[in-house]
Amino acid sequence: MRAVSGALERHRDQAGALLPILHAVQDALGYIPEAAIPVIAQGLNQSHAEVYGTLSFYHRFRTRPGGRHVIYLCRAEACQSMGARELEGKVKKRLGIGFHETTADGAFTLEPVYCLGNCACAPSVMVDTTLHGRVDAERFDAILAETREVQT
Amino acid sequence: MTTTVHVSRDASALAVGAGQVARAIANEAAQRQADVRIVRNGSRGMFWLEPLVEVTTPAGRIAYGPVQAQEVPALFAAGLLAGGAHALRLGKVEDIPYFGKQERLTFARVGRADPLDLDDYRAHDGLRGLHKALDMAPASIVQTVTDSGLRGRGGAAFPAGIKWRTALDAPGAQKYIVCNADEGDSGTFSDRMLMEGDPFVLIEGMVIAGLAVGATQGYIYLRCEYPHAHEVLSVAIATAYAHRILGSDILGSGRRFDLEIRLGAGAYICGEETALLDSLEGKRGQVRAKPPLPASKGLFGRPTIINNVITLASVPVILDRGAEYYRDFGMGRSRGTLPLQLTGNIRHGGLVEKAFGLTLRELLYDYGGGSATGRPIRAVQVGGPLGAYLPESQFDTPIDYEAFAAIRAMLGHGGIVVFDDTVDMAQQARFAMEFCAIESCGKCTPCRIGSTRGVEVIDRIIAGVARAQNQTLLRDLCDTMTHGSLCAMGGLTPYPVLSALEHFPEDFRRPAPAAG
Repeated sequence: MRAVSGALERHRDQAGALLPILHAVQDALGYIPEAAIPVIAQGLNQSHAEVYGTLSFYHRFRTRPGGRHVIYLCRAEACQSMGARELEGKVKKRLGIGFHETTADGAFTLEPVYCLGNCACAPSVMVDTTLHGRVDAERFDAILAETREVQT
Repeated sequence: MTTTVHVSRDASALAVGAGQVARAIANEAAQRQADVRIVRNGSRGMFWLEPLVEVTTPAGRIAYGPVQAQEVPALFAAGLLAGGAHALRLGKVEDIPYFGKQERLTFARVGRADPLDLDDYRAHDGLRGLHKALDMAPASIVQTVTDSGLRGRGGAAFPAGIKWRTALDAPGAQKYIVCNADEGDSGTFSDRMLMEGDPFVLIEGMVIAGLAVGATQGYIYLRCEYPHAHEVLSVAIATAYAHRILGSDILGSGRRFDLEIRLGAGAYICGEETALLDSLEGKRGQVRAKPPLPASKGLFGRPTIINNVITLASVPVILDRGAEYYRDFGMGRSRGTLPLQLTGNIRHGGLVEKAFGLTLRELLYDYGGGSATGRPIRAVQVGGPLGAYLPESQFDTPIDYEAFAAIRAMLGHGGIVVFDDTVDMAQQARFAMEFCAIESCGKCTPCRIGSTRGVEVIDRIIAGVARAQNQTLLRDLCDTMTHGSLCAMGGLTPYPVLSALEHFPEDFRRPAPAAG
């Protein structure tokens, strides 16, 4: 909970502080624990419902821990035109999981995303904050291997 | 003698290996004891040539691309640092027709200057617009923007000067400038390229907007999918504060403007201006009814100018060169230039800034070089996920807001997504509804529930169930969404659906896939 009180401390005086606080908590912990909600609500003098309502509105925020890396796979039109639908099937098969799920070894969480702004180099995948372009199944395997290497 | 080499730090260039190339050049130069200065610039926007390497020679900047890291030693051996011959040598950047034929006003510095070097910014005409604005009365700044004919580049194309006039006339001690950097449309990246390639021009544009309407606080609402832009903007804002472009004494004038970045959290709807304001206030990103317009009652209930990145970044050149200079580009009521983005299944994908008036066909073939796969181009979606799908018969439409409106399409933020003849337009129509269901803020019933019903109806059409009745139902549903939604999300999702149905009806009549 130190991350939560730290985030509150840093951001509570900003106008419209809730999103910066939620980002700060997720950046520190990888997710926003349910237990943080009443603490944030009290800190901002808001209701539990206001905080939870905001938190649950945004795709990026998660209330459960994810894997060590989050893979964002673009599903939007520009990537579709270059084979993103096929890639999606292969990625799910390769990882053995669907969207919003985490691999059994805890290494990867797979999330859909709608545009990474890399549309001239489609299909696109972002791993944590590293962007990859012109991704096919083979390149995806290489990205997985690289990511695993960095982590060990 | 030091040789200057440019390798882009643009996210798309990095995504195809520009970081590795820059490291390989540094290593190779060290090994050969060559005196090389590597500048990490923005991208020229020719993404099929990225990673692009430019070497400054007495004859100009000579480009090589696309370069892979393992090719760097061979390039050095071929005399890279003197602009030597090599299979990847492209010649002077300006001589590449794709780049040379453009009319770069807003993107004048992107790819040329060092994005984080303020001296380089000044050397390339930066801050001239702001200096002029500081000597002008607020109303005359607003008049200049009005006279330039600049319209909102985020998609709605509302005249910027009118918005600014409303905010200027609105009473209030506290006003805000909000930059909409929630570039969520698939097929668009011009905001990202600009923020990564020339962040100071956006800052300058926002300061000018503040001076114009009497606002002292600005926010850049940046989507969280853009970590590279976030990094560059953060450094640029700190630099701007250190050099008193921001803060309590703008360039020694005693005027004030503060600027802060706020991150979105992955909600497409927050690109809609009123949803964005709610999000900035720390709430769910839900659309507000208008009126009141944000210009009179916006962020925290105060008068607020909310403009897209490209709109604000076009203001400095307008102030610097004058309203007439900008207005003389373009056609009809579409004045100036539009940074178009060629994306998807296209051979030469990238950014093309041109005056309004060229045709879609020129963009697709003269610039784009046809599809990436070499197959015929069958459909083009212009203006993001809420834009219409255009068939070949409409490719001669000029890039002009009114010309696109006349064919029930829109230019939007200038994104062009190309599909070859393997595309299934019934699936594209289905995706438009699916996307609306995922991203609807939930405020209006036709959008929230209609989109889910839309997916189901299209699924029945694809499955061959009562096709005629279901098509009638789909059209009726689209009519309800169009007329019963507050914002463009529910209101325009019918564009891609109906255009697919109208121009590609054969795709809705295909034999139903076998069950199971």
